[in-house]
Amino acid sequence: MYATNYHRAGSVDEAAGLLAGNDEAKVLAGGQTLIPTMKQRLAAPTDVVDISRIEALRGIEKSGDAYVIKAGTRHADVAGDAGLKADIPGLAALAGKIGDPHVRHRGTIGGSIANNDPAADYPAGMLALGATIVTNKREIAADEFFAGLFETALEEDEIVTAVRVPVPAKSAYSKFPNPASRYAMAGVFVAKFADGSVRVAATGAGADGVFRIPEMESALASNWSPEAVAGIAVDASGLLGDIHGSAEYRANLVTVMAKRAVAAA
Amino acid sequence: MGVDGIGARVPRKEDKRFITGKGRYTDDMTLPRMGFVAFVRSPYAHAKIQNIDASAAMEMPGVDAVLRGDELVADGIGNLICGWMIHSKDGTPMKMGAWSALATDTVRFVGQAVAMVVADTYAQARDAAEAVMVDWEELPAVTTTAEALAPGAPQIHPECAGNLIYDWEIGDQAATDAAIENAAHVTKIDITNNRLVPNPMEPRAAVADYDGAEEHFTLWTTSQNPHTARLVLSAFYNIAPEHKLRVIAPDVGGGFGSKIYVYPEEVACLWAAKKVGRPVKWVSDRTEAFLTDAHGRDHTTTAELAFDADNRITGFRVNTTANLGAYMSLFSSAVPTYLYATLLSGQYAMPAIYANVKTVYTNTTPVDAYRGAGRPEATYVVERIMEVAARELGLDPIELRRKNFVTEFPHQTPVIMCYDAGDYDASVRAAQDAIDYAGFPARKAEAASRGKLRGIGVSCYIEACGIAPSKAVGSLGAGVGLWESAEVRVNPVGTIEVLTGSHSHGQGHETTFAQLVAERLGVGIDTVQIVHGDTDKVQFGMGTYGSRSGAVGMSAISKALDKVEAKAKKIAAHLMEAAETDIVVEGGAFKVAGTDKQLSMTEVALAAYTAHNLPDGMEPGLKEGAFYDPTNFTFPAGCYICEVEIDPDTGKTEVVNFVAADDFGRIINPMIVEGQVHGGLAQGIGQALLEGCVYDADSGQLTTASFQDYCMPRADDLPSFKVMTTETICPGNPLGIKGCGEAGAIGSPPALINALTDALGTEDLSMPATAEKVWRLAQAARAPMAAE
Ligand SMILES: Cc1cc2nc3c(=O)[nH]c(=O)nc-3n(C[C@H](O)[C@H](O)[C@H](O)COP(=O)(O)OP(=O)(O)OC[C@H]3O[C@@H](n4cnc5c(N)ncnc54)[C@H](O)[C@@H]3O)c2cc1C
Repeated sequence: MYATNYHRAGSVDEAAGLLAGNDEAKVLAGGQTLIPTMKQRLAAPTDVVDISRIEALRGIEKSGDAYVIKAGTRHADVAGDAGLKADIPGLAALAGKIGDPHVRHRGTIGGSIANNDPAADYPAGMLALGATIVTNKREIAADEFFAGLFETALEEDEIVTAVRVPVPAKSAYSKFPNPASRYAMAGVFVAKFADGSVRVAATGAGADGVFRIPEMESALASNWSPEAVAGIAVDASGLLGDIHGSAEYRANLVTVMAKRAVAAA
Repeated sequence: MGVDGIGARVPRKEDKRFITGKGRYTDDMTLPRMGFVAFVRSPYAHAKIQNIDASAAMEMPGVDAVLRGDELVADGIGNLICGWMIHSKDGTPMKMGAWSALATDTVRFVGQAVAMVVADTYAQARDAAEAVMVDWEELPAVTTTAEALAPGAPQIHPECAGNLIYDWEIGDQAATDAAIENAAHVTKIDITNNRLVPNPMEPRAAVADYDGAEEHFTLWTTSQNPHTARLVLSAFYNIAPEHKLRVIAPDVGGGFGSKIYVYPEEVACLWAAKKVGRPVKWVSDRTEAFLTDAHGRDHTTTAELAFDADNRITGFRVNTTANLGAYMSLFSSAVPTYLYATLLSGQYAMPAIYANVKTVYTNTTPVDAYRGAGRPEATYVVERIMEVAARELGLDPIELRRKNFVTEFPHQTPVIMCYDAGDYDASVRAAQDAIDYAGFPARKAEAASRGKLRGIGVSCYIEACGIAPSKAVGSLGAGVGLWESAEVRVNPVGTIEVLTGSHSHGQGHETTFAQLVAERLGVGIDTVQIVHGDTDKVQFGMGTYGSRSGAVGMSAISKALDKVEAKAKKIAAHLMEAAETDIVVEGGAFKVAGTDKQLSMTEVALAAYTAHNLPDGMEPGLKEGAFYDPTNFTFPAGCYICEVEIDPDTGKTEVVNFVAADDFGRIINPMIVEGQVHGGLAQGIGQALLEGCVYDADSGQLTTASFQDYCMPRADDLPSFKVMTTETICPGNPLGIKGCGEAGAIGSPPALINALTDALGTEDLSMPATAEKVWRLAQAARAPMAAE
């Protein structure tokens, strides 16, 4: 790790102030991505602004027909939340499949989506659930938020404060983990809403990160069953291929995970 | 037996220290004024060093020195050696390229050290290492043996034209060719043994100190064999004469072979400690470990097995090419030859064997012994080809094996080894019963009803441990003898210290060795202290690898105990005025048989040290040493049967059932033995399903250089193993021990691949059997089914 200056922010405003005008500064949340990257000397922020002690950034609340999950909420808290388990079981299950217990007790939802790793799990959940990302400056629809590999709509000094997730009628997440890293080789989140609409999002597989699968969405809207998606294959040319799996294999996994998610929902 | 003696399931004495974080590892050593080392490493697989500019680095805070290879050579530090001479079949010696601890003009693999920085802190050293400017001229690189042997391939060492290090053979070529020519059936396979990274939990480390007044060096290091390290550092690398060099291998967190060798970093740290006049510490990070710890395996093999009309083996022909990486590591030359081809007879009576082994330089990390060292490669060839042969011949794979088992001992194979004892059928029966072999078809059908492909695979391995005797290995080219030493010191109050040349880095010697003393002298293991890992304490030893510590190391202790017991009996007889032959040792006391007269160990020991009343002419004290040189290798063997279930939609393999029936000879502590088997199986299953080095073919970069990409097995990848032992006593050593440290890793890979190929109905599957490979084969297997 290169030497860096550590700041502990007491509030979101204080954190924003520390970030403003310093494009070499970085927010530190759970540190499960940023710290390993710094230790390997792949990231070298001059300043880290630790937001993990900000109480206002933690907690899960139901408000109307949506849940507000504060950005600093840890994966383990999402996985164990009784309300989420009942109302959005796919999301609680997704959080429970991230990394290992250590990671789940440090890593945060805000950090995960701000990082937008193409193999991370949360982006699939946010996109399929049609979540809204709330920052200290504005609100951004998930469809606009995830902008490519490790790219988001966030500005340099913008801080995610919460996500607002509508409660679907049904939801499930099915993940095929990379055997080494245990991130997703392919993870598919399916959500069906009260109005009959369906959203399907896949992570781990896309060459540009998380993506929706419109063919599956319309097929499931008319026939909510695993068979409805069994014959739908995503185009391998837009998928990732690496030593763990070719694009063609990932395309297969997307279909299989979609089937399994629908069966589980 | 005493409660703590041979065969007792005693909890490990050393675990309190390890579990409570009180172990003392090399990185725990801190010396006054100590500087920290960071190495400047090559980012290229093959390049010329045009210039090294350290001026910017020298200006950075805390930097003491930047040292280069030309300075190291100028100071007379010797090149790294390979300690086993192999001759090609034409009689020429192996062609070894020079390997300096810090590269002087050319680098030959990614991660090779070219310079070192010494600074006040580790972070300063790392920062400065990045500021050392090296002008590289990149050269074309090769990572596979096929490319390296191709005409026009880049030349890796000037000493080795064509990159072929040696072209070695063993066995009777004419007889084998004839057997294959005249066979009723020949099975032929082409297989690859994938390259592995050892990944011990504790990375390598070195702390080096130089006392200028005494001209004396001390090295704390992560070594499996500190005495060999001292010998090599002294005799070949010119660090200092042996009496001016102390090597300490304190607690070491796993080795698996990778810590046998003396690496460039330790040599450079010793040299630097003197050069800069302060103690220095280097601790490898995980990336350095992936790039520079000696890798294992990396063979490609073609094998042909000939049978007569009665399905008996008549001949076995094997052609192997082994990748030794960019330099010849300390024992690298022996692994694909004497540790490999000598085991090609497996558990079978084979009238003729011929093996040809070529070893090749490539621009990759050096390859050397890794858990099993040669025997896993041999077992994979033999047990895959037996399974394929059974399928081709339409026979039950166990029946074909049974038909060809060696059943009479001693058995001389055509490839040097003489098997001394074994009962291969006993292990097979135990494994068959434990897994319910006969019930497999029903389980397969049930799995099919759940959409799963289920397969069963067998592996009957044999291996050779306690590599010996010294005279024999010397005649085969070994640069060292392979005996062991021990010293038993009974203190004046009767407690006992055992000094051993073996080294424990996870094996539990502090417990098992104490159990031997407990058995022999009837004392509790708490009164016994095992001392190892320090050249100032233990006179000499060969260290721990090749599952030799039980068979060889404990035999040396046993011999020393014989002498201690004999002297103690003399003293006891004298004190109790009895005949020496009437003295028996029981429950920690010396008793006169048939009377109630007895003396405790404490009383006898005290008498030995007060020396007030000893037999005439006897020297005071109670301390004896012994060297033990075995008469033969030992031959652990066993049968592993494994069942897998494949999810054909994803190719995910689940190991649903795994039985290991091993014959390790006499067992000292069953719990420790089971632990060794479990760990070995995890590594073997890892090799078969998950692990494997991938090099980028163009750049020679190691793609799998972190745990994000190199897939180590985890607990949830493994089933709950059923392990058991059958026992034939090893006649070759006084304790009847064979060795258990590597069997799991040796025997399991073919069992896995045999099970997978059984499930998939094709032989075309290489290790690691990743989900994608299995998925593709499952699709192909499904297609004809769908057509039916
Ligand atoms: C061993 C291991 C296994 C893992 N396995 C998985 C897995 O299976 N699936 C998975 O999805 N993830 C996995 N992760 C990643 C984990 O989920 C991380 O927690 C997550 O990616 C980042 O969250 P964090 O809170 O730790 O963020 P940090 O590491 O602190 O920060 C990550 C990035 O996000 C920025 N950031 C953080 N919070 C905010 C915010 N509120 N607003 C704006 N920017 C912010 C930081 O500046 C930084 O750039 C794993 C991590 C490890 C170490």
